[in-house]
Order: sequence, then structure tokens, then C-alpha cells
Amino acid sequence: MTKILIIIPCYNEGNSLPLILEQLLHLKLPAHYKMEIAVVNDCSKDDTKWVAGLYPVILLDLLVNLGIGGAVQTGFLYARDNGFDLACQIDGDGQHPPWELLKLLEFYDQTKTNVIIGSRFLDEGGFKSSFARRLGIRYFHRLNQLLTGGNIYDSTSGFRLFDKTGIALVAEKYPDEFPEPASLVLFSKYGLSVKEVPVIMSERLAGKSSIRNFVSVYYCIKVTISMLFIFIRKA
Amino acid sequence: MSRIQVITIVINCVFIGYIARLITKGKLREEYAIVWCICTVILVVFSFWTKGLNLMSKIFGVFDPPNLVFTAFIFLILIYLLHLSVVSSKSQHSITRLTQEMALLKEKIKKTEDKDQPF
Repeated sequence: MTKILIIIPCYNEGNSLPLILEQLLHLKLPAHYKMEIAVVNDCSKDDTKWVAGLYPVILLDLLVNLGIGGAVQTGFLYARDNGFDLACQIDGDGQHPPWELLKLLEFYDQTKTNVIIGSRFLDEGGFKSSFARRLGIRYFHRLNQLLTGGNIYDSTSGFRLFDKTGIALVAEKYPDEFPEPASLVLFSKYGLSVKEVPVIMSERLAGKSSIRNFVSVYYCIKVTISMLFIFIRKA
Repeated sequence: MSRIQVITIVINCVFIGYIARLITKGKLREEYAIVWCICTVILVVFSFWTKGLNLMSKIFGVFDPPNLVFTAFIFLILIYLLHLSVVSSKSQHSITRLTQEMALLKEKIKKTEDKDQPF
């Protein structure tokens, strides 16, 4: 029996959360999986907490807004402390269709990779995001190649499946604000295997991306710095 | 003793007194107070020892003595700001850990309560 924890970090996702939880709870996983769902409420100002309380999920309620990194890490801590074998991050805004999880799990069963990333760019179809965003993603792809020697295309994808080794690492150290690209350097530093699986993502149901216009320049700079420093830091 | 000397000395004394008060009331931790105390002591020394500034600028090879004051203090302030950033990063990290732990504990308590009182 493999225990898997779905981690849904939420900041003001009260509108989109019911649909995702509904889909997740009706998801048919292969028989040897036992799924639990953890909703991490990152100090939302809307009714996210109340909505999550209506469903049979684990609610991790943060009193202070920690940002996506800190929120997801809370989920990883829970997974580590309660002996989960797998943990998967699914964003609360509906960008990651729950049934795509099956692709990640199938890939895990075949390869036992430490970290499996659901990628938008390996396959045709689905929502592809704007030009500027793609440009940024290409930049991070290059930077990642340089720093890790790996070949991950969608380094900003938050749709990730971690095994026990992966959980232990990210529960301990996880970048706080824009964790996705930077954590790839972390994985390579600690010798985790990272693979990509093509998934189809949809446009967010509600809310806005945390990465917009003038925030994006800051995003690029901050992530670059954080990647470089994780790279030179001793493992 | 010139007028500006008197003014500086008085202000310094008030400043030191205020820092002492903050520390005794527990509003300022000693480690942060050290920098402020040292700064005031330096100011006091130089307000008594008027030739000191000229001497110092000669030693450091600074042409205009006031420039030495500005350079030295800007440097000090920069270092102190850096120190403050380190302190704030550290407390941010602690807050993150505390918040996470609290969320996990809340969940644990809820779970135990639900187990104890089956409806």
C-alpha cells in the first residue's frame, strides 16, 4: 500500500477549490494507492478555510501568510511526519487537472524517480501561457541546464510528485517565495533524480497568477540569485 | 569650548541616556545597543578632542576633514543596515517555522479531538 498526500496550497482560492476537491475525491487511483488530501490555507482573506472544512480533507491552517513556498513546505512536513510515501503538489487555482496525476503516478511506478514534474511543454494541447511567460521559462530552462546539467523544460511547473527521499529534502529546505525553478538546483545538489512527464494544464479557474508584469522582473532576478546561491552553497 | 561642541556633547549625553533607558526597560536588546553606544562614544571623544579630526584625516590621507566624518559614518551605517537585514531574515525564518509547526499542531489536536468524541 502506497500512501500519497495531495498538497493543495491555497491563497484566496475559495471559488475554485470546491471543483478541484470534487474532482480529486472522485479520482480513481490504482488499487495500491491510498490518497489523502491536505489543503494548506495560506492565511486567505476569503472563505477558503470554510470551504475546505466542508470536505473530508486535512486542513493545515497558517496564521501568517508565508507565500507559496512556505505553504507547500507545511504540506511536505505533514507528509514526512505522518509517513507518507508520496506527496504531490496541486495548485488550488485549477491549473493542474487532478486526473493528470495518474500520468505522474504511472511514470513513478515504472521508474521510481525521486521527483516527477508535470510539464506543459513536452506534449501538444492544453493551455500554454503567454509569450513573455514562455520567454522567462526558456531563460530558466537554460539557467537550469547550466547549473544542474539536467534537462527540465518546465522548471516553473508546480505540479510535482515527490517520493520519500524527495519529501525528506523539501520538508527540510525549500525556497520560500518562488520555489519551483530554484528547487531544481536543490534536487541536483542532493543527487535526486528528476524527470518530466507531459501533462495538459488548463487555464486557472479563478484568481491571478502570483507572477505578473512588473512582478516578473523581480521574479527573474530573485529566482536567479536564489538559484546561484543554492548552487554554490555546500550540500 | 565652542558652542557647537557644547551642543554635540549635550545631545550625545541625552542619546546615551535614552539608549540606557531603552535597555533597562527591555525594549532594546543589548546586542543592538552596542553599535549605538560605540557611535556615541566616538562622537563624544571627537567633540572634546577637536584636533583629533584633523589628525585622523591626515593619518588616513583625507584632504578635507569633514569628508572623513561622512565616509566613516556612511560606512558604519551601511554595515549596520546589513546587520539589520540579517536579523530580519533570521526572524522571518523563525516565523515561517513557527507558523508551520502551529498549523501541524492544530491539525493534530483536531484529529485527537475527533477521535475522542465520536458523534
